[in-house]
Amino acid sequence: MSGVSFRRRAVNAVMLGLMGLCTLLAVGVLLFILGFLFVKGASSLNWAFLTKLPKPVGESGGGMANAILGSFKVLALATAIGFPIGFLAGVYLSEYGHGPFPAVVRYVTDLLNGVPSIVMGVFAYTLVVLPMKHFSAIAGGLALGVMMIPIAVRSTEEFLRGVPRDLREAAMALGSRKWRSIASVVVPTAAQGILTAVMLDLARVAGETAPLLFTSFNNRFWSPGWNQPTATLPVMIFTYAISPYDDWHRQAWAAGFLLLASIFAINIAARFLVSRGFSHSH
Amino acid sequence: MYRTGLVALLSVASLTLACKDEGTGTSAPSAGEPLTINGAGSTFAYPMYSKWFDEYHKLHPNTEFNYQSIGSGGGIRQVIAGTVDFGGTDGPMTPAQMADFKGKHQADILHLPTALGADVPTYNIKGVTQELNFTPDALAGIFLGKIKKWNDPAIADANPGVSLPADDIVVVHRSDGSGTTFVWVDYLAKVSPEWKQKVGVGTSVNWPVGLGGKGNEGVTGLVKQTQDSIGYVELIYAIQNHIPYGKVKNSAGKFVKADLASVTAAAAGASKAMPDDFRVSITDPPGEAAYPISSFTWLLVPAKIPDAAKRAAMLDFLSWAMADGQNLLEPLSYARLPVEVVAKERQAIARIQ
Amino acid sequence: MAVDTQVATVRPPLAYRARGILRGLQTGDEAAYLIVLTSAMAIIVLTGLLVLELFWNSSLTRHAFGWSFLWGRTWDPVFQKFGALPFIYGTVVTSALALLLAVPIGLGSALFLAELAPRRLSDALTFLVELLAAVPSVIYGLLGVFVLVPFLEAWVVPALKATLGFLPLFQGRFEGVSLFSAGVVLAIMIVPFIVSVSRGVLLAVPNDIREGALALGATRWETTWRFVMPSARKGIFGSIFLALARALGETMAVTMVIGNTPTISTSLLAPGYTIAAVIANEFTEATSDFYIHALVELGLVLFGLTILINGVARLLILTTSREAAR
Repeated sequence: MSGVSFRRRAVNAVMLGLMGLCTLLAVGVLLFILGFLFVKGASSLNWAFLTKLPKPVGESGGGMANAILGSFKVLALATAIGFPIGFLAGVYLSEYGHGPFPAVVRYVTDLLNGVPSIVMGVFAYTLVVLPMKHFSAIAGGLALGVMMIPIAVRSTEEFLRGVPRDLREAAMALGSRKWRSIASVVVPTAAQGILTAVMLDLARVAGETAPLLFTSFNNRFWSPGWNQPTATLPVMIFTYAISPYDDWHRQAWAAGFLLLASIFAINIAARFLVSRGFSHSH
Repeated sequence: MYRTGLVALLSVASLTLACKDEGTGTSAPSAGEPLTINGAGSTFAYPMYSKWFDEYHKLHPNTEFNYQSIGSGGGIRQVIAGTVDFGGTDGPMTPAQMADFKGKHQADILHLPTALGADVPTYNIKGVTQELNFTPDALAGIFLGKIKKWNDPAIADANPGVSLPADDIVVVHRSDGSGTTFVWVDYLAKVSPEWKQKVGVGTSVNWPVGLGGKGNEGVTGLVKQTQDSIGYVELIYAIQNHIPYGKVKNSAGKFVKADLASVTAAAAGASKAMPDDFRVSITDPPGEAAYPISSFTWLLVPAKIPDAAKRAAMLDFLSWAMADGQNLLEPLSYARLPVEVVAKERQAIARIQ
Repeated sequence: MAVDTQVATVRPPLAYRARGILRGLQTGDEAAYLIVLTSAMAIIVLTGLLVLELFWNSSLTRHAFGWSFLWGRTWDPVFQKFGALPFIYGTVVTSALALLLAVPIGLGSALFLAELAPRRLSDALTFLVELLAAVPSVIYGLLGVFVLVPFLEAWVVPALKATLGFLPLFQGRFEGVSLFSAGVVLAIMIVPFIVSVSRGVLLAVPNDIREGALALGATRWETTWRFVMPSARKGIFGSIFLALARALGETMAVTMVIGNTPTISTSLLAPGYTIAAVIANEFTEATSDFYIHALVELGLVLFGLTILINGVARLLILTTSREAAR
């Protein structure tokens, strides 16, 4: 770069440095939070915590086994409801997305994203809990599922857009129909990005408490099936964190750590599976 | 090949789900499904109810009482809506709400006191380590924003020998609606006509001054971190977390420190004038040993329970709560009901159909 | 697939169209289009349902206060007098502050991770940043109260007061819980969205653009700023919208650090209140129908606010991109 002025090189260095600083800040904060959670929570994480039901205050050996299963059920349901709708809408926007109606869809999606989580919970309450006359995992799954839709839409659209036009045109030139070209060429190319979107989405709703307070409610016992009030990790964290008892506080931190660690594990597992799939099929 | 991995993952997941869906977990599998009775409401009473229902479950493995804390207001609403079988509240239902319940369920709703709690003033003042005495006027003045400095005579006169700084008072209150607030403002309304007229009584009020902390935790945190501050928290919270708090002057003129005995004494003092439906506020009661900022917490139970199994379970549980249940309260820092109230309550329970 | 050789003029139009659709369904294109269109419409229907619910369940207070609800400054549950202005103020201020802090840091990180960092490091770091999104809001709140607020009190606010203390923004006593603290907590919470989505779009920009710019003699920074970013602007704005929406609707973490006081003050160091926080605080205990309707109306107001902010932002983008295109 002999012909480049000193000023430009200086600006370049400063800016690159700033960018690095930003990353350091972002990652630093995260590592701090993870470390804090680890220190406060991991020590209370033991086998009893993972397998036993909650015990009342003053009795040791209580756990959150039902909350762990409950979170799993509610999140699975939410992903099953929210992600397909969001994904398909994202496909719509990226493939057929010019014109007034798609613009409206994008706008409305952004609006939906801004709804406070507690309003979403009340919405699911009036839609599902009141007619059914009881709280259930289904209602909780619905509330979280609707919350997952906007991120799924946005992320899917962005990653699909990122697939170069040449690729699509090449597929079409080879004679496949539009939907086939989307399904077999565009989507797999963006698969990594879409997977990232699912994970981000899941992460987003995994820690939500307010929507669950009025939908899946909570439960001190196991809740068979989908039609009963269910314990979930975020609600347990909330209940225990605002209580006066030290033992419950420690359990709340442990649950927070567990939640984060689980999302971490699911993330890694999913990426591993997808990348294995690719290295094999290519 | 990743397909097989995916299939493996899914089968493991569904197997786990299938396995866990049986039984009640803590007890031996019993014939048929367990009877589940759902309740919701007061967060104040949650630790106590969770202990009670757990103990009761040990005695009756086939019955599961599932109580969750979503707040007294939430409990009242869910009981009226019929999404839960019973409720828990720290503030009594209004006549309008009770009429609403009667309209929807063709039965009255009963308020059954289960235990007692109290609010205590906690503070963090520069240079002060002693226990402070608060008169009703001092508390009302502070929370109205009229008493602005710690060395105001209203506070200093009750605390001879304590050197209070000339600093501004920082008031801390609850931001979330709660029974704790209800008890505190109910007391202030009784001892200060100005409070009653200006601010009134409710689970949430329009505070003239102060910062809002979420939950007892929030208030305690704020008080600890803010110099020259004062807030109110539940007694049980103060005891469990070793938070210093002050004494309050009761209607008999004595400065009483809140503890389990003085709180029970408050209910005993109020019990003579207690109405049959137990919907009464016991703040500022008569009695020398009474702590003036105490309150019942109630279970909201329908007077008619159509399901025979649920009715039997509820009746059995309630009579257990009046006897063995009361003995479990002290270790958790809840105050037990005075014998006069228990006797009266047994009569009310007997009338549930 | 059979080729239709019959004369079209003899056929009734309906049957012809039906056949066309049927053929389309056979090839899958029409079906695919219908499926994705239905999903898109489902979103609109759901949101419409939500708005309708908000509208119906706020009827009592809407009729009682009318438009004056928007500029009322009192929130009194006991005497049933409700006004939304302090909450609107708090929501706007905290979200604006959050964006102000999160966008530069998020974008800077995204740029670093997409353009400069080696791929494996970038993947690992992004993965970690995305994990931040999974931290439950309650935990953010607790960390905010016990870690962030004392930190701000000890280091940041004194520094701010020393340098910028003349501004009305930083006047007055800092009790820890404040609009400022809430803005900072929100910023931390929304950074993962900006980083994750922006990095994705930046990575998707074809390498030819970069190589072309570098070949023309641009520095790394100039390449990134003037060539790569404009290609990615739509996606980056999308990520900012996502982040903004999250900030507007956040409840738990905000309520633990904002002070929950419905006042309007020019200083960021004063306590405040947001719409989402007050709904979360008071909804479970609200007993009278009127009170609940007031809270639901606040939800409706937030929705209106989101519509406004989104609309204005889109307009800005439209006009600036038209200028840039010239």
